[in-house]
Amino acid sequence: MGSVNEFDSSTAFNEEPDFENVANSPQFKQLIHERKRFIIPLTIFFLVFYFSLPILTSYTTILNTPAIGDISWAWLFAFTQFIMTWVLCTLYVKKSASFDKKANYVIETQLKKGVK
Amino acid sequence: MNASVVIMFLLIVALTLVVTYYAAKKTKTTGDFYTAGGGLTGWQNGLAIAGDYLSAASFLGIAGAIALFGFDGFFYSIGFLIAYLVVLFIVAEPLRNLGKYTLADMINARFDAKKVRGVAALNTITIVIFYMIAQLVGAGALIQLLFGLDYWVAVLIVGVMMTIYVLFGGMTATSWVQIIKAVLLMIGTVIISFLVLAKFDFNILNMFNEMKTITSHGAEYLQPGLKYTDPLGTISLMIALVLGTAGLPHILMRFFTVKDAKTARSSVVTATWVVGIFYVLTIFLGFGAAAFVGFDTILEANPAGNMAAPLLAEAIGGDFLMSFVSAVAFATILAVVAGLVLSGASAFAHDIYGQIIKKGKISDKQQMLAAKYASLGVAVFSILLALFAQNMNVAFLVSLAFCVAASANLPVIIYTIYWKRFNTSGALTAMLTGLLTSVILVVISPNVFSPVEGAAIFVGDPIFPFTNPAIVSVPLGFLGGYVGTFFSKEVNIKRYAKVKVKANTGYRENEVK
Repeated sequence: MGSVNEFDSSTAFNEEPDFENVANSPQFKQLIHERKRFIIPLTIFFLVFYFSLPILTSYTTILNTPAIGDISWAWLFAFTQFIMTWVLCTLYVKKSASFDKKANYVIETQLKKGVK
Repeated sequence: MNASVVIMFLLIVALTLVVTYYAAKKTKTTGDFYTAGGGLTGWQNGLAIAGDYLSAASFLGIAGAIALFGFDGFFYSIGFLIAYLVVLFIVAEPLRNLGKYTLADMINARFDAKKVRGVAALNTITIVIFYMIAQLVGAGALIQLLFGLDYWVAVLIVGVMMTIYVLFGGMTATSWVQIIKAVLLMIGTVIISFLVLAKFDFNILNMFNEMKTITSHGAEYLQPGLKYTDPLGTISLMIALVLGTAGLPHILMRFFTVKDAKTARSSVVTATWVVGIFYVLTIFLGFGAAAFVGFDTILEANPAGNMAAPLLAEAIGGDFLMSFVSAVAFATILAVVAGLVLSGASAFAHDIYGQIIKKGKISDKQQMLAAKYASLGVAVFSILLALFAQNMNVAFLVSLAFCVAASANLPVIIYTIYWKRFNTSGALTAMLTGLLTSVILVVISPNVFSPVEGAAIFVGDPIFPFTNPAIVSVPLGFLGGYVGTFFSKEVNIKRYAKVKVKANTGYRENEVK
């Protein structure tokens, strides 16, 4: 931590790596592409899954029928939301390990290069 | 007030003060003050996030809502949990990679505009004040009931404690108060759930079977529709719950307390497990209270059902458990308000004073001093507001805070990270549209206007039908940012490339020597 805050001041532009170059590099584009392919479909999935519960309970009564004993489908669906959350969390962490590797590769090969 | 309540209460006070004493020794720079030096582990930060997040509204409010309304009370638990997927998938890592102390820092990674920083700070302050008043007024009423103290004494105790933690121990003390609270809350909830389950012979099917006949609602108690009868209103609330968390400043600030995106990620995962287990257990708290305390007693103690959990503890565990749960509720309130003070102070001292007024030319010592004054200011202001708001029904302010977070903060966060064309004017219109529509729609909603005297602040017909306006204000926030972007020709591809590379790799200039 320096004694003077370095924020908002354009820190030495001549020493900065060429971010546009990095952003257009095949390695970085590949990383973004893979991350998008993982995150976008799953985000859509969990939002649809989540909103289908209040939509189904508000507009229909199909979840009101018993599933196991006196536990109705509405409760089962609600519990499934919890399981989905934990499963997606675990998946995300597993997948991110491979993104980390690719991101580090970009840092090592392109960003640290040429910077003293 | 019995002896065990007093002892538990004093133990919490003593423990948190000891923590603050040690934290104060470690709080030497501004970085220490706002982010605990960025040195928390994933586990610690995960527990602290849970402690920051599980407010009295979660612990006491949801237990009460499930006790009184069965399935419909559980909607909150689901929304509050799934919200963490939004945080994990979309916000946490880019935020950690781009920001320093505040949300405005992250947005300003793309725009060096004082206006953008100012409006972002305004959003933070608005959310913090709404959330804080709801917490303090709730805390005052609750401590009044639990410990038999006057309302103003209760608010002052909570207010003075939160000020001490933040002022002397900064983020380190706040984090540890939140960690202690999260652990205590989980212990209390697990014990009560275990005792409730024991009453039903450890058989969940048996519990559901008995709940069908035990309340005056009969079988309806287990079906959706007891509380939320308006479909669009329900969906609107669910939007605010799931999208709001990812824009709450005091939660976002927690991601700056860890060293990198990987640790930020692991802290969200820990938080998701803790918060998820807690929300599953709210079923036992709610069902237990409905079965073993009864509607009449719950409603008599507090019409919103906030006393359901402590009363349940008394009914199944006697005075000792009741005292423990009361102490946990007290710790819960302290942990949340301390986090709020800190994020409010960061918006004033770092964003408005340090970056806008002083233009970043300010020494670390001055920054720290400004942060402490701002903490004191935020605390005193909130305490005064809470003292005035004693007799107002302010519970809706929590869901309003979620709505502002979802409508004013989330669109700008997402556009900043993911949209190449986004620019300064878009950032301003996104934040202002989200903020203004949320606040205006709430002012003309049933929270403020009700034909029944005493049900809301004013008597009259509400113009806007939903208590939570997220279904309108969130799309408007996104639309505002979209339209506002095209009002200006400004495009900065170079700057976006930098933001994109940094957000996705975690690269920081100062780490390369």
